[in-house]
Amino acid sequence: MEFLPTLWFILIAVLWIGYLILDGFDLGVGMLMKGWAKNESQRRVLLNSIGPVWDGNEVWLVTAAGATFAAFPHWYASLFAGLYIPLTFALLALILRAVSIEYRGKSHSQTARNLWDWCMAGGSFVAAFSIGAMLALTSTGLPLDSYGDRVGGPFAWFNGWAVLGGLAVVGVSLAMGWAFLSLKTLGAPREAGNRHLRRYLPLYLLPAALWSIGVIVSYPKVVSWGMLAMAVGGMLIAWVASRQRREGLTFVGMVIFVALGVGAIFTSLFPNVLPSTLDEAYNLTVTTASSSDYTLSIMAVVTAIFFPLVLAYSAWSYWTFRRRLDDQHIPESAVVTPV
Amino acid sequence: MDPLEVARWQFGITTVYHFLMVPLTIGLGIVLVAMQTAWHRTGKEQYLRMTKFWGKIFMINFIMGVATGLVQEFQFGMAWSEYSRFVGDVFGAPLAMEALIAFFLESVFIGIWLFGWGRVRPGIHLAVLWLAVLGSVISAYFILAANAFMQHPVGVELVNGRAQMVDFWAVMTNPTLLIHFPHTIFGALAVAGSMLLGIAWYHLWKRRKDGIDTVDAEGYVIVGSTGSKARDEIDYRGWRTSFRWGGWIAIVAFLGTAFTGHTQAQMMIEQQPLKMASAEAACHDGTGFSVLSVASRDGGGATTCDDVVGVFEIPGLLSFLAHNDFETPVEGVNSLIPKYEEAFGTHLPDDPRYGERAGSEIDYLPVMEVTYWGFRLMITFGGVAALAAAIGLWIGRKGTVPYDKTLMNLAWLSILAPFAANSTGWIFTEMGRQPFTVVPNLNGVDQVWQFTAAAVSPGVSGEEILFSLIALTLIYALLLVVEVVLLVRYTKGGHPAGMPDLLADEQRDDDDRDKPSTDVLSFAY
Repeated sequence: MEFLPTLWFILIAVLWIGYLILDGFDLGVGMLMKGWAKNESQRRVLLNSIGPVWDGNEVWLVTAAGATFAAFPHWYASLFAGLYIPLTFALLALILRAVSIEYRGKSHSQTARNLWDWCMAGGSFVAAFSIGAMLALTSTGLPLDSYGDRVGGPFAWFNGWAVLGGLAVVGVSLAMGWAFLSLKTLGAPREAGNRHLRRYLPLYLLPAALWSIGVIVSYPKVVSWGMLAMAVGGMLIAWVASRQRREGLTFVGMVIFVALGVGAIFTSLFPNVLPSTLDEAYNLTVTTASSSDYTLSIMAVVTAIFFPLVLAYSAWSYWTFRRRLDDQHIPESAVVTPV
Repeated sequence: MDPLEVARWQFGITTVYHFLMVPLTIGLGIVLVAMQTAWHRTGKEQYLRMTKFWGKIFMINFIMGVATGLVQEFQFGMAWSEYSRFVGDVFGAPLAMEALIAFFLESVFIGIWLFGWGRVRPGIHLAVLWLAVLGSVISAYFILAANAFMQHPVGVELVNGRAQMVDFWAVMTNPTLLIHFPHTIFGALAVAGSMLLGIAWYHLWKRRKDGIDTVDAEGYVIVGSTGSKARDEIDYRGWRTSFRWGGWIAIVAFLGTAFTGHTQAQMMIEQQPLKMASAEAACHDGTGFSVLSVASRDGGGATTCDDVVGVFEIPGLLSFLAHNDFETPVEGVNSLIPKYEEAFGTHLPDDPRYGERAGSEIDYLPVMEVTYWGFRLMITFGGVAALAAAIGLWIGRKGTVPYDKTLMNLAWLSILAPFAANSTGWIFTEMGRQPFTVVPNLNGVDQVWQFTAAAVSPGVSGEEILFSLIALTLIYALLLVVEVVLLVRYTKGGHPAGMPDLLADEQRDDDDRDKPSTDVLSFAY
């Protein structure tokens, strides 16, 4: 087992965990813009609850993809080229979603706002689903030839794992979104969040649990089963806490679930990064897919310096905007007219 | 369907589109920092209004840069997987560092800045903007490091058929990068300068049109007021300052791009002689700069070197541009191509992974019409923008702009010129590196280069790429319309578009004014 590729495998797992937790609740809140919010003031509370932080959260995705490119170029190349179609949908969704957040409040007509709401909700759903499908397929494999290129045409990736992974990330995002809203708002969204988690939390997290179990059954490891058990423990904490309306604890329980659930998948997969469904000999592993030790060590040094900084100032931004939001805190929207 | 051609179109369209947004983000960001710093130091309200107004324009554009940037990162893996495998070891690192060091800084602090008015102390709030804009500048450095590697690979050696990084410091101090970076930042400032000038021009013109400002016998401005906060004397001072800043920034930025561009051209003659030769339509070795060359009609449509006719040449200028003297000849296309063929072969390898192109002949000459006109249009558009700025500063020297509709329309148009210069410049430099993705060093050191034909994803079909090309182009076209509509609306809204309270205060009853404002959010979407 080589040290640097293993370290980078762990770091990429950490980046995905960070992404699924942080942008997870952003995507969830985005879906709820149409999935739950009934009126203009509720939609604006939802939108502004993630307003200051969503862009920073999405950078976790950019960093996860960039780090994969740098540390495991073969993984990045085979996965992204193999999943050309779903990633195209992810990109379109992320574009529309990002733009809708900024432009919604700048629209004058209700029709335009409604359209942007659909971009936000639909974009969040499609992005979560596509990224979930991608993560599921990197854990269960693609039909790759000896070069690492996909064979079998544009839809050769499509199978039950893709759907399950998509549903898993959508479910986790919705649960994270509710947990975040119950922590971050007053009034209706907070109540709705508590109510949904109290009733349906295990249902939201079921696809993620099935995906995790499926991967671990294929590559059984004691440590993975242990992590999955603790992840389920996290879910139970969140569930019980939501019944007691202890919203901070609910959120912590969700974080434990995502971190250890994804951790279980990655530890189980190791040392593979992208298995080939055609022949085990074609599997991409941490050693066959990685960059040179020189590149990995330079990047490790840079990460050791800057990653703690990123965590520190991101934490500060959450601290700055820690107050709960309510209808009455949202300023009236101003209509821009020519002078 | 040929995946290579579709993938090239997609890369070109998405990159040029992304680069419409990026220079405005960088340039306007730097200007915004200056405005808020001026407000912080002087406390003058005009600077606050400028910061708020230009901050809105900045955000409308910023988000489009963010949204389209993701496509850039993903498509290396999606459409160019062989490229990603070949250079991932060296090319991925600056991309990952761009995300970790620059994008986090930019995104997290822009969020705090946007929502932080009144929530964090003014000094901190200013520092937050500084950090966000610093992030955008650092990101330019990293992405240009990656691009400079494609133009001139350094710090690598060939190991098992792949480029492997051996000297990170060399990659980050690539001479091509060191000159690309200031050229790009000046290009960004040119965009911001023209934007400031053009929009401020409109508002000074509108104040003249609405009879608020008048001029005295000698043409100097007499500043008026409508009695509304939205169009008082501070409103005038804000536009006047934006106008002057914009003019000077545009002129300085033009001089900066011209100077760095000249250095860049000299470097290109060493590193990518075919790119410069085809930009000059210089077929034969020589010393003259061709101001205008045309293809003779005998060529039957295809432009090759044999039918290029110089119409107007300035003797010695090309040598001066290349070598700072008037005598040293510069190699032309006809003597360069045999050198390339000797060093890098006449045919692509007969490898099935090259698809239909395996074993086919290599054309080392970039598409000459594109490089030739790209180069000239870049310089022309840049010059037009600088000229417009100089004219603007001159006719605005007495404190206002003439009440002249034609001049106003020209000012609108001049906003577009630096965008066009940036786009044509990028098209020139990227098309000029064809047929390579990674351009070889001519002395053959390092042996690291890659043909574009060998870079495209082998497993991806042309139809897949065509699907994303059409989808992205449609979305991009729609969103461009939306962005422009919003930019125009906020532009016409003037300072109150950034500070609705300028108008709201007047409409509010006295009773309302006593109500405490809730301070959880001072800004909301």
